[in-house]
Amino acid sequence: MSLDNYLYLSAILFTIGAVGVVVRRNAIVVFMCVELMLNAANLTLVTFSRINGTLDGQVIAFFTMVVAACEVVVGLAIIVTIYRSRRSTSIDDASLLKR
Amino acid sequence: MQPLLTIQGPEAALFWFLAPLAVAAALGMLLVKKAVHSALLLAWVMITLAIFYIAQDAVFLGVVQVIVYTGAVMMLFLFILMLVGVDSSDSLTETITGLRPIAITAAVGFGGLLVSLLGRATLGREPIGLEIANTAGNVQGLAELLFSKYVWPFEVVSALLITAALGAMVLAHHQRTNPRPTQREQAISRFRSGSLAGAAGLPGPGVFARHNAVDVPALLPDGTPAPTSISATLKARGDVLDSGQFQLDNVDTTVVEEK
Amino acid sequence: MVTNNGLVYLIALPLFGALSLLLLGRRADKWGHLLATTLSAGSFAVGLLQLSEMLARTPEARPVTQKLFTWISVGSFNVDASLLLDQLSICFVLLITGVGTLIHIYSISYMSHDPDRRRFFAYLNLFIAAMLLLVLGDSYLNLYVGWEGVGLASYLLIGFWNQKPAYATASKKAFIMNRIGDMGLSFAIMIAFASLGTVSFSGVKEQAHQASEATMTAIGIMLLVAAVGKSAQFPLQAWLGDAMAGPTPVSALIHAATMVTAGVYLIVRSNFVFDAAPNAQLLVVIVGAITLMFGALVGTAKDDIKKALAASTMSQIGYMILASGLGPAGYAFAIMHLLTHGFFKAGMFLGAGSVMHGMNDEVNMRRYGGLRKFMPITFITFGLGYLAIIGVPPFAGFYSKDMIIETALNAGGAKGIILGSVALLGAAITAFYMTRVMILTFTSSKRWDDTQHPHESPILMWLPMAILAIGSVISGFLLYRGEALKHWLEPLFEEHGEHTELLPPIVVSGLALFMVVIGVALAVIKYQLSDVEVVAPENVSVFTRIARRDLLQDDINEALFMRPGQLITSALVKIDQSVVDGAVHGIGKMALGSGSVLRKSQTGFVRSYAVLILIGAGVLIAAIWVVTK
Repeated sequence: MSLDNYLYLSAILFTIGAVGVVVRRNAIVVFMCVELMLNAANLTLVTFSRINGTLDGQVIAFFTMVVAACEVVVGLAIIVTIYRSRRSTSIDDASLLKR
Repeated sequence: MQPLLTIQGPEAALFWFLAPLAVAAALGMLLVKKAVHSALLLAWVMITLAIFYIAQDAVFLGVVQVIVYTGAVMMLFLFILMLVGVDSSDSLTETITGLRPIAITAAVGFGGLLVSLLGRATLGREPIGLEIANTAGNVQGLAELLFSKYVWPFEVVSALLITAALGAMVLAHHQRTNPRPTQREQAISRFRSGSLAGAAGLPGPGVFARHNAVDVPALLPDGTPAPTSISATLKARGDVLDSGQFQLDNVDTTVVEEK
Repeated sequence: MVTNNGLVYLIALPLFGALSLLLLGRRADKWGHLLATTLSAGSFAVGLLQLSEMLARTPEARPVTQKLFTWISVGSFNVDASLLLDQLSICFVLLITGVGTLIHIYSISYMSHDPDRRRFFAYLNLFIAAMLLLVLGDSYLNLYVGWEGVGLASYLLIGFWNQKPAYATASKKAFIMNRIGDMGLSFAIMIAFASLGTVSFSGVKEQAHQASEATMTAIGIMLLVAAVGKSAQFPLQAWLGDAMAGPTPVSALIHAATMVTAGVYLIVRSNFVFDAAPNAQLLVVIVGAITLMFGALVGTAKDDIKKALAASTMSQIGYMILASGLGPAGYAFAIMHLLTHGFFKAGMFLGAGSVMHGMNDEVNMRRYGGLRKFMPITFITFGLGYLAIIGVPPFAGFYSKDMIIETALNAGGAKGIILGSVALLGAAITAFYMTRVMILTFTSSKRWDDTQHPHESPILMWLPMAILAIGSVISGFLLYRGEALKHWLEPLFEEHGEHTELLPPIVVSGLALFMVVIGVALAVIKYQLSDVEVVAPENVSVFTRIARRDLLQDDINEALFMRPGQLITSALVKIDQSVVDGAVHGIGKMALGSGSVLRKSQTGFVRSYAVLILIGAGVLIAAIWVVTK
């Protein structure tokens, strides 16, 4: 088996995550799909770290995790705030951008 | 030169066993209606990935993946889901016309191109593997990089983390714009709300019943259960008991003497 | 050159006063005028100190400098913000701060009923600071800063009572006409920078002989334009009469004694330029001669006491410009006349202010008359100034004006004869109109009604007048005695040495006195011995009418500049509305139209944007796919 298979898996997961972001309306699920995409990217980093024989990729994957954690914290706080005022977590309801 | 890396045996088996499961779980995330199910499926994908990390000599990341992602982050997701209502389930029908076909076409195109690009790409050399890099141990190797070469990004990221924590606190802090209504005001508004049905307040669970647990509806004076006396969450979970089973004639009233 | 770190205090003191009075606002109302006067006096004291130090040195070592900071440093071009105090500037420093302080004192009383007295004193201090910077700058660029500063102060003070539209217009008129002169100065600086590579006095002086005469002529003419604007010389003289809208102390300080003489300073300071450019020098003389006649003629027809004095100022500065155009022979006399004029004209303006003060701000001399009995001190001080200006020996004006006439006559050839005659004729007319002012105001029969209660002014007002009157009496003799001023200024100028004497000095003095007597006699016959009408007679000759209209200066300006300007402006407005605005609105409409088409793509749904990102990423991958084939 080639290491490429990990990369294929990562690409597929990333695409699925992207579809989820577009298709799902529940903001929390959308967020989870974003997490899925980040994880797919991490898998790529780890695989390349192995291919290159250096640990840099893993360090960057580690940073990605931290940033993802930040993003989740702030994003979920935003969702809670929106939910509090609109009683809804559907991102289509928050379509004020067009106005 | 390091002997060439070949993947076979256990790792290949592990991959071919877990990868389809991960893809299936990811697809499931898109298809299930309830957000909480999506979250569980995502947790499964993450654990799968953690296993892959460990299999790829990234022990530290694998463990972090389990602790931070599957543990903390997913817990946060579930916590928020609880806040906004576990019973919320999405309708999967598309409301923006034409979005879904476009999205799926775009995604298939994107994924197909990506995969074909990967298939075409050649590294020009064989993969090296992490045996040398991990000689002092994976954690030690990472630590050495983190605290030397990557110390500046490390500090920046830590600042980002603190900022995010503060930001979340600020966002979650709710400033009351008007004073909390007093009981008196609430009572007045109940009487003025058109119908007098709720004027006396909702019946608490267990009222007039022979049982006062929260999952037992109260009985109205005519003996029928009062649906408003039960939390909607309990009802959605189907955890409501039938108050009929606590009718006097159904209950064993024989006094058991205690000695 | 000797460095002296005290020079900055000359400017810093009044500048501090101006700033603190303006910034503190109403809080300084109670004591602002005292602070301003004290600081002005302090500046005068510093000036005296510098003079005493200067007197102790040899003539060559007298100039001192102080470098404040490096202002511009670009490549080989350096301008420092430096001050230069030499024999010429010290005259001005003492005149500005001395007369300035007296006028501060006068204003305390004169403006005591004005609610904005603090603002007035702030502007006065600002003026003193700017004027000092003008005379202390060691380069044309530094001078320019002060030049603009006095322009600003003059504008603010002419329009001090800007609640009256006419006064506000007068201040704008002065400002705009001054702008033309300021353009001249900036052009002169630009030419000097472009062709000589330096703008400092010493730098230009060094290169004055090497540079081509055309360059020096260009610089000289531009400097003359600057001087003409600032000193209200022909043809930019129209603003000075209207500038009398400002409070009378302002007229005395700025529009008689100091600021309007800045043009003379500029020309004398730039003597090396004009010495190297005979054509520009000739132009200076012509401007001076025309203006001295112009001002004198206007002065004969004015009934407004301040405007008559303003016309006289214009004429007297014409004398100074004339003298400064006569080359090294005339520079010292230009400055001498400037100093004596500073005394007597400031004194007379203050006297006019005192008369107005006693006459409920009436300015029409035809409604005065016989005020001698009611305002004895004003009469005496004004009278001393009067004797000085018409040139009666031994009063100040006699020495200075006489020397100018003499120098003009000795200029050589037809030029000398023409200039000398003009100067002599001017002296006669000066005597005529000043006598007219004197008679109409003080000695003729009473022509005011009984609602007026003329009275002498308080001591704070007459004391400065008295001091200035003493100056008008003795300053000429002091400066003339042993050619004191001439020797004092000599190191600054290049001596040519050749002196031709057309007429012996005593004959010239005799001629001048004769002309003065004629002028005085005519005025006495016309105004003292016959009755003066309260309303100016209408059936007068066309010449009188023209003179009353300031020799048509405003009509000419209107016909030549204002109306064509208005035409151009209205045409430009039309072009602006149709072409420029059309283009602008067209672009706006285009943007609006394309925006309304594009906005359809903006649904506001995050997910549709996400799809676009996804498509974009796909296109990117496709591009990589194609490129890496």
